[in-house]
Amino acid sequence: MTLHVAGREPSHRIAVVSAGLSDPSSTRLLADLLGSATAAALGNTEVEVVELRPLAHAITDALLTGFPNSELTQAIGTVTGADAVIAVTPVFSASYSGLFKSFFDILENGALDGTPVLVGATAGTARHSLVLEHALRPLFGYLHAVVVPTAVFAASEDWGASGGSDALRRRIDRAAGELAALVESRPAAGRGDQFDRDIAAMGSFEDLLGS
Amino acid sequence: MEFGIFTVGDVTTDPTNGRTPTEHERIKNTVAIALKAEEIGLDVFATGEHHNPPFAAPASPPVLLAHIAAKTERIKLSTSTTLITTNDPVRIAQDYAYLQHLADGRMDLMLGRGNTGPVYPWFGKDIREGIPLAIENYALLRRLWREENVDWEGKFRTPLQGFTSTPRPLDDVPPFVWHGSIRSPEIAEQAAYYGDGFFSNHIFWPASHTARMVDFYRQRFEHYGHGKAEDAIVGLGGQVYMAKTHEQAVQEFRPYFDNAPVYGHGPSLEEFTRETPLTVGTPEEVVERTLSFREYAGNYQRQLFLVDHAGLPLTAVLKQLDLLGEVVAELRKHTEEAAA
Repeated sequence: MTLHVAGREPSHRIAVVSAGLSDPSSTRLLADLLGSATAAALGNTEVEVVELRPLAHAITDALLTGFPNSELTQAIGTVTGADAVIAVTPVFSASYSGLFKSFFDILENGALDGTPVLVGATAGTARHSLVLEHALRPLFGYLHAVVVPTAVFAASEDWGASGGSDALRRRIDRAAGELAALVESRPAAGRGDQFDRDIAAMGSFEDLLGS
Repeated sequence: MEFGIFTVGDVTTDPTNGRTPTEHERIKNTVAIALKAEEIGLDVFATGEHHNPPFAAPASPPVLLAHIAAKTERIKLSTSTTLITTNDPVRIAQDYAYLQHLADGRMDLMLGRGNTGPVYPWFGKDIREGIPLAIENYALLRRLWREENVDWEGKFRTPLQGFTSTPRPLDDVPPFVWHGSIRSPEIAEQAAYYGDGFFSNHIFWPASHTARMVDFYRQRFEHYGHGKAEDAIVGLGGQVYMAKTHEQAVQEFRPYFDNAPVYGHGPSLEEFTRETPLTVGTPEEVVERTLSFREYAGNYQRQLFLVDHAGLPLTAVLKQLDLLGEVVAELRKHTEEAAA
């Protein structure tokens, strides 16, 4: 999904992580709405969606072997190199899905340091909505990401109207506005990967010797 | 350019018949494999260091290497790796200098940190201090081999005053040191700083990653004034299984791959072959794949293959070594042509 003018370098890159399992999936639907609302608020923004379902085997393999395969490396690069991340998961057994957590488990330490993040979740009933506050927010807090105050939850009842209920729509716009404001107040993300970050963090060898 | 094998000394059940070698068998097999390596004309045999099951690799590699040194004449003996974090650098200095004398100089060693968390506390260390331990311990090790009277104080070990490590290195030439690392640029930096060799494990990670680590080491080697980047001293790992036909090799190796320690029960053999340097196929395919390493790693000085893990029985490993002998002869032709 690209909402920037063709031929022009986008000013912002947003990565959307969707852990929905079905197709169509309400998680992906919410993820797309959050992505386009954020892009609309920012203007000239490239939105890249990372669907976790096709990466499920690769994510498990990375947990086992300790390294991501090339396809997964690309997806990780999309997320860690973005100016902001929108992360949306279905609620499974009172929390984020295992696949969603596993993806963030394989990110390197520091990969999301300071990254603006908007969290979203979907479930059959609104009774799960606090998952955003007691599961997703602490997860991204641990990862040193900056989570915007408004988190967006969508239950089945919100999907009655096309594009969601008015209440959901307002919430999406508010969250997207918060994320956009955060992105605009920050310098563009470095495009380096983990190797670049490791080298940047290393310091001189004389310092290492003396430490 | 040197070619050789490196072993991790794992005691693994053979998945095709459920048989697990005893530690005694594994240890004796390791010796047989090293002798075979000399017989087929390899340049290097290297052993890992381990302190816990399922490994029967030596806790102190010089014990094994001195034994092999007594039974061989040409092959160089090395490690993959010697744990620079949990071993006392004084003992490394002394044990390896002693080995150097016994082996008449036919040895070097590769230092590594070890990534098995529980090992660290057994030796009073903390894995979170892995990098500082590797840096401080090696700084001391170098001095112990180069200076007769060492005054030393550091963070991790008892201070030394006027300490002389014995025996002194053979002819006062300290053993050559490689620094092995899968993914820590600090270790590549350390190798470059001292002008030592850098060995990239190369087995568990994609080639693109190895390429960047090696390139970083080469640039830093030149930066520290040890020579040109392209002349930096690089070693690579590799992992092969061979048979007459590609299909036969895949069929024979698959059960070992699927159940192997570390990566077993994960990616498919086909995917792992695509993503990492693992090559399963004919000797010609191994030659071709191995020659392709220099496309991203440049000219390098040492290629070690892993051939004896995941429960492969001794007979199979010895057969692999016969094929590896042919492969290495072919590789030598190519590398000599390239150098000429």
